[in-house]
Amino acid sequence: MKDLSLHLIDIIQNSISAKAKNITISLNACTESDNLKIEVADNGVGMDEELLSQVTNPFVTTRTTRKVGLGISLLKASAESTGGSLAVTSVKGEGTTLVADFKIKHIDRLPLGDIGETMVSAILTEPDINFELNLFSNKDSFKFSSFEIKDKLGEVPITQLDIITWIREFINEGVKITFGGVLDEIIS
Amino acid sequence: MKSLAELEAIRNKALGEVAMRANKDGIRIVVGMATCGIAAGARPVMNVFLEELKKRNLNNVNVTMTGCIGVCRLEPVVEVIDSEGNKVTYVKMDAEKAARVVAEHIVNGRVCVDYTIGAEENK
Repeated sequence: MKDLSLHLIDIIQNSISAKAKNITISLNACTESDNLKIEVADNGVGMDEELLSQVTNPFVTTRTTRKVGLGISLLKASAESTGGSLAVTSVKGEGTTLVADFKIKHIDRLPLGDIGETMVSAILTEPDINFELNLFSNKDSFKFSSFEIKDKLGEVPITQLDIITWIREFINEGVKITFGGVLDEIIS
Repeated sequence: MKSLAELEAIRNKALGEVAMRANKDGIRIVVGMATCGIAAGARPVMNVFLEELKKRNLNNVNVTMTGCIGVCRLEPVVEVIDSEGNKVTYVKMDAEKAARVVAEHIVNGRVCVDYTIGAEENK
């Protein structure tokens, strides 16, 4: 994967497959501890202990089309290559939370990428799911909730192209406000 | 800064348009976005579809994503499904090819045969 937003869309797909109704994505950058925490929490079907213990194994998947499941293992490798880590907690029937920690200044830490595009692709695929995005840094914070947007829109579908474009720009402005100067690749 | 007032304006504009196309079944564009698709560059492809459709004001076309359909070596894979359910599968897509599919297939109804899975498999 070229950037973290691509990893993120991959992990969000797992939550969608787990029939989640609410998916909350949080990005938290702390310059003092040089830590970027990415968290994806859902209220999907969850995993039993046996699957959970195997979840970072690239040769374990719930799909039947193939025998490999690379999403989580690739993210784990990416996090660990910066001196960070990845953890998954899950309760069967309640949901799953994935947390990946990255060292911000490590040379192998992937750039953030286009978070707006990631969120928009997720919303377009599953407009009925409530997606929440929370961004925090020492500098600022930002919150987006597709539920609130849908509430405002009323009968107009959130998948309408003008609205999707607005959401993408809105989120990317939030990313810039929160992480500009903190995760220094965000300049544009 | 983007404001919610702006969203309100877009909403009001959209309200009029929704009524217009309420009973018109559209074309569906499905982009494969599992690990394999994303790594092969599916997201820029999806983005080009969105941008081209917006540029051309094609509001009755739906763009969504799906998981892995099992031909990872041919990713990015895009399926175009018309209102009658006929499906064309495009493989090894990129931004340029996506723009051509919109212009030729979506707008003019001519399938871009050279990008299809059939053409790729017969090479």
